[in-house]
Amino acid sequence: MKEILDILEKNAKVTVAEVAAMAGITEKEAASSIAEYEKKRVILGYKAMVNWDKTDRDFVTALIDVKLVPQRDKGFDSIAERIYKYPQVKSCLLMSGSYDLLVMIEGKHLKEVAMFVSEKLAIIDGVQSTSTHFVLKKYKDGNIIFEGSESDDREAIVL
Amino acid sequence: MSSPEKYIKSSIRNMPPSGIRKYFDLINEMEDVISLGIGEPDFVTPWQIREAGIYALEKGHTHYSANAGIKELRIEISSYLKRKYDVTYNAEDEILVTVGASEGIDLALKAILEPGDEVVLPEPSFVAYRGCITVSGGVPVSLKLKEENLFKIDPADLEAVITEKTKAVIIPYPNNPTGAVMTGSELEEIVKVLRDKDVVIISDEIYSELTYGFDFRSLGTFPEIRDRLILVNGFSKSHAMTGWRLGFVCGCSEIIKHMFKIHQYTLMCAPTPAQYAGIEALKNCDYEVENMVNEYDKRRKFILKGVRDMGLKCFEPMGAFYIFPNITSTGLTSDEFCEGLLKSERVLMVPGTAFGEGGEGYVRATYASSLENIKEALVRTERFVRSLQEK
Repeated sequence: MKEILDILEKNAKVTVAEVAAMAGITEKEAASSIAEYEKKRVILGYKAMVNWDKTDRDFVTALIDVKLVPQRDKGFDSIAERIYKYPQVKSCLLMSGSYDLLVMIEGKHLKEVAMFVSEKLAIIDGVQSTSTHFVLKKYKDGNIIFEGSESDDREAIVL
Repeated sequence: MSSPEKYIKSSIRNMPPSGIRKYFDLINEMEDVISLGIGEPDFVTPWQIREAGIYALEKGHTHYSANAGIKELRIEISSYLKRKYDVTYNAEDEILVTVGASEGIDLALKAILEPGDEVVLPEPSFVAYRGCITVSGGVPVSLKLKEENLFKIDPADLEAVITEKTKAVIIPYPNNPTGAVMTGSELEEIVKVLRDKDVVIISDEIYSELTYGFDFRSLGTFPEIRDRLILVNGFSKSHAMTGWRLGFVCGCSEIIKHMFKIHQYTLMCAPTPAQYAGIEALKNCDYEVENMVNEYDKRRKFILKGVRDMGLKCFEPMGAFYIFPNITSTGLTSDEFCEGLLKSERVLMVPGTAFGEGGEGYVRATYASSLENIKEALVRTERFVRSLQEK
């Protein structure tokens, strides 16, 4: 039931009973569907969307365009794997267009990211070039607007 | 009578204020109220529609439009009705863009009613019908809808209530406040009654997009009543555009041309930037509408289960965004229930009596509110219902 996925993708905090009510099924059905999704790794996990900018944590995020030389028999997959296994890599996407991988890195400060790129990423066999872009501000991510969301300010009207 | 009120004509002076009013006065003085009382989407208008409105302002589209509405919008309305409901009205002389669907209802009644003409009004229904009929000099004749019929119009009841004096019948589905709908085959039975009667049919289809688990059928699909049908619809509910005030009426040109005259002398035209936004809404926003409908549907199931779980009887609403639980088991009247709920638990629902005859024993709650609000409102309402049982 795709509906269950829609509900959980929007808010993973809802209880099984609430999912069941919204989908119009029994709790038992909802629980077994969710378990099935987890088992099949359709649902990979549940986590909070945190706006770290509002905390005192120091961090920088960079998006790195990586050009690769594809390898015989393996294409891009094995190089991608060498890259995404680093815990510093938050996401790693194979792209169409002028570069091949879009890698998101998070580090404590600019220098840490720069060191990672030059000492770890750029030297991997098959990595042809990198181009690093630092994130200055996050406006929206995962369909959530970070600041100034529209509140419900409806006024009373007779109808 | 020496008060300046003497200048107000008696039919207006004697018109009772809406039954909902007093609740709004109450909540203005309270904090932390969860309102399930307002009949409008909680969604803000989809961004691309707002953006089109902003662009219209940037381009300087700040003048009057043609009285009937921007031609391009009328063409879009025409193709939208065809695409969605297989209803055919030509943009040239059968569609009039109005200031909300409510203007459409008012225009229709103003154009057709002679003093004393009767209008069959299925009730409970939208608060404005009764007022608009009265303002136009007509006499509302209530057709009481029953819960055991799922608040649908019973063809025999309709037949019985139409008399020589009946000038028009209002068909308000999907229905506010009950959330009831009428299926295609049920409408066929209604049309069988209406086709032999010399009455105008005003079909208020403002909630046509908001149906759950069945396909809406427009009365515009019945050729046998087409020359007497005034079809009212708009953007408020479907596209979450209540504040833009944009709607439309469709009918045969011989009727529309007379409604047009009233519109041109009173409202002139619908707000022009809103009309440009409306073009975008009809052209490119099916996806947005679908998303909102899916969201309402989840909340609908959620609130229905919540209300039933607390022991209230409630039929399953299949349209609009209202639920209409039966609260007679609590031993309270609708008014007592709503006032008690508001004062003790700070949740606003609207008593069924605000929507005319047949509303006693019911309350209207809208699920056009965030899931968090609905959840909390259900918790509070359940506490209220339990407290009644303990007494």
